[in-house]
Amino acid sequence: MLELLSGFIVELRAAGLPVSLTENLDAMEAITHIPIENRDAFKYALAATLVKNNTHWRAFETVFEVYFSLRGSEYSLGGGGDDLPEITEDDEAPMNPDAGGAGAGGAGEAMSPEQMAEMLFQAMRNGDDGLMRALARQAVTRFAGMEPGRPVGGTYYLYRTLRNLDLDGVLERLMEEAQEQSPSPLTQLEERLERDEFESRIDRMKKEIEAEIRRRLVADRGVEAMAKTLRKPLPEDVDFMHANREELVGLRKAMYPLTRKLAVRLARKRRHGRKGPLDFRATVRQSLSYGGVPADPRFRYPRPSKPEIFVVADISGSVAAFARFTLQLVYAMSGQFSRVRSFVFIDGIDEVTRFFEGVEDISVAIHRVNTEADVVWVDGHSDYGHAFEVFWEKYGREVGPKTTVLILGDARNNYHASQSWVIKEMSKKARHVYWLNPEPKAYWDTGDSIVSDYGAHTDGVFECRNLRQLEKFVDILE
Amino acid sequence: MDYRFETPADVSTRLRDVDYLSDEAIAGVVFLADRLGKPILVEGPAGTGKTQLAKSVAEILGARLIRLQCYEGLDESKALYEWNYKKQLLRIQAERNSDSSWEDIETDIFSDEFLLTRPLLEAILAEDPVVLLIDEVDRVEVETEALLLEILSDYQVSIPELGTISARQIPMVFLTSNNTRELSEALKRRCLFLHIDYPDMEREKEIVLTRIPEITDSLADQIARIVRSIRQLELKKSPSVSETLDWARTLLLLGVDSVTEADAIETLNILLKYQSDITKASKELQGDSGAKRPGVPRTS
Repeated sequence: MLELLSGFIVELRAAGLPVSLTENLDAMEAITHIPIENRDAFKYALAATLVKNNTHWRAFETVFEVYFSLRGSEYSLGGGGDDLPEITEDDEAPMNPDAGGAGAGGAGEAMSPEQMAEMLFQAMRNGDDGLMRALARQAVTRFAGMEPGRPVGGTYYLYRTLRNLDLDGVLERLMEEAQEQSPSPLTQLEERLERDEFESRIDRMKKEIEAEIRRRLVADRGVEAMAKTLRKPLPEDVDFMHANREELVGLRKAMYPLTRKLAVRLARKRRHGRKGPLDFRATVRQSLSYGGVPADPRFRYPRPSKPEIFVVADISGSVAAFARFTLQLVYAMSGQFSRVRSFVFIDGIDEVTRFFEGVEDISVAIHRVNTEADVVWVDGHSDYGHAFEVFWEKYGREVGPKTTVLILGDARNNYHASQSWVIKEMSKKARHVYWLNPEPKAYWDTGDSIVSDYGAHTDGVFECRNLRQLEKFVDILE
Repeated sequence: MDYRFETPADVSTRLRDVDYLSDEAIAGVVFLADRLGKPILVEGPAGTGKTQLAKSVAEILGARLIRLQCYEGLDESKALYEWNYKKQLLRIQAERNSDSSWEDIETDIFSDEFLLTRPLLEAILAEDPVVLLIDEVDRVEVETEALLLEILSDYQVSIPELGTISARQIPMVFLTSNNTRELSEALKRRCLFLHIDYPDMEREKEIVLTRIPEITDSLADQIARIVRSIRQLELKKSPSVSETLDWARTLLLLGVDSVTEADAIETLNILLKYQSDITKASKELQGDSGAKRPGVPRTS
């Protein structure tokens, strides 16, 4: 058991979770207090001691499922799989399986596909967990076509199983039936509620199937190998440039606290940064309690300076994925600061602040930026030089000593003139000029990238490929 | 040392007795905190019952709840202890005419009598059972967090003039956080971590039923379903459990026994606090999105 747990912790660390030695010891102690046959309690005991950040929960759950899932002969892919399930456990995983679904799973062997579809429909309609689990097991045996040692990922099996089950069809059937059964026609509201309910059940079914496939793969390939293939980057390590759709949604959620942090940081700097001038009246008042000796001088609060932020972002094709993220960042920031002005450019530049103002839906704002902003000058290939020149001509006057300028882009200039004097002038006038580059540092200044031409005049160029790096940048920002 | 709870199930039933519906994770972590003698760091969206958990645990243990509300600028003298300067000065003044030596006065003015205890020290000194609640710990600065470390890991407070004061009993400690900033590793390491999210539909329904006994089962069910649907939308601020309860009470007062679209939209401002959210949700509830979801034919 101890060995399995330490393997588990090694895997958590490999997945990127910061597990310290004391936390490790805590986990060991915690599980001695927990009845070992209670799998859920066991899971929460480990989670409470090892996972200290909610965004890491998914990574933890995956590793947990791999290491402490039910394993026995009924999950092996060879001959044993089609026998009546008989729950046996090996020594490594002394968890009691939930016995609910076992009987029903056995009964399902002889069903025809039609019967099975009917059973699925019933299970969905009644929200019967035991039946759903049994059906998941059946469906995987039947449709996934899993063979020992076959080198394909779990998603392939998942796809095959789901295609055969046609869950969308089941949903429509459920809705139709709900319509027919209600005495009066369903109102929009009722219909929506019904649909949400069924969708959540179908989601549960999908999760069951996924878990079932994973269990079988673990039985086939062994724990370590499986954990390795399932390893995914934590939200803060996802590369902006290569994030998939699902990861982008996660990023958006994780970004919100970050912008709040940015706001809090700037606000705090304003309040506690510098002491104001001596407050004579308050000092004299305070001196009375020391018999007229001004032992405790009082200061006025400094007048808060309102930070003004200019975001200048490249939205050309080479940084498209990053640009989407950038716009989200801009949107989130404009909600926190009253004075954020945003500009986007490819080879022309346009101010887009107005698109973000008073817009509640980020996708609307992004859509408007992409369709309405006038950012193409000649051919729609990035030309930083020209964009900066125009920026300086049009908006240069408005850059002042309170302004912080954030430039986001990869500085791939397609061999145009760099016009880096603009950045030089800018950093003379502005409080700070920072450059965030979404490319790995190793690629800087290769090919047509001229980031150090510009970088030399800024207060710093930062590699910004994931949230962790962005957060580091926020930390040094003042 | 005697443990406060027998099993996680025991925690859960006793919490239920005081009308707090826990789930597996909550009961399990509270149980472990008692066994391991560790503080619990509770994190989650606003209004999911983080503070209420501490209050309820205090209630079932018959313990006094000592609460430290954190805010930006909180310091030692407000969290731990402070010397009572004015009383000390008076004492020195009073001694001026007598012939006692300075040493006597010094030992005298730095004694318990002149110490003003603040929540943390109070929890350590308490003879009776206490539950310490450090609320919204993410509001203090990173530097101030260090104040808490000694008390959280060793249950003791060091006062330079008096020495180290150790706890007479290990209190249950809850820290809550709304996750506005990342807490320091040192703090997290010392705590058990518990994330409380919005409850799932069944649990929310049960919460409504326990907190508002007069409500009917079908109405509670409907309320829980609607709230779940609303939470699925992308909103500035999703409705919290307390807002669900407020909404349920409102509907009850209005004498509604089955929520129609019109009822829902009229009272939506209790559930949602931003005008933009209200507009969005009422649009959704009226079924404007129906066009985007083809399939089910309306039979009207």
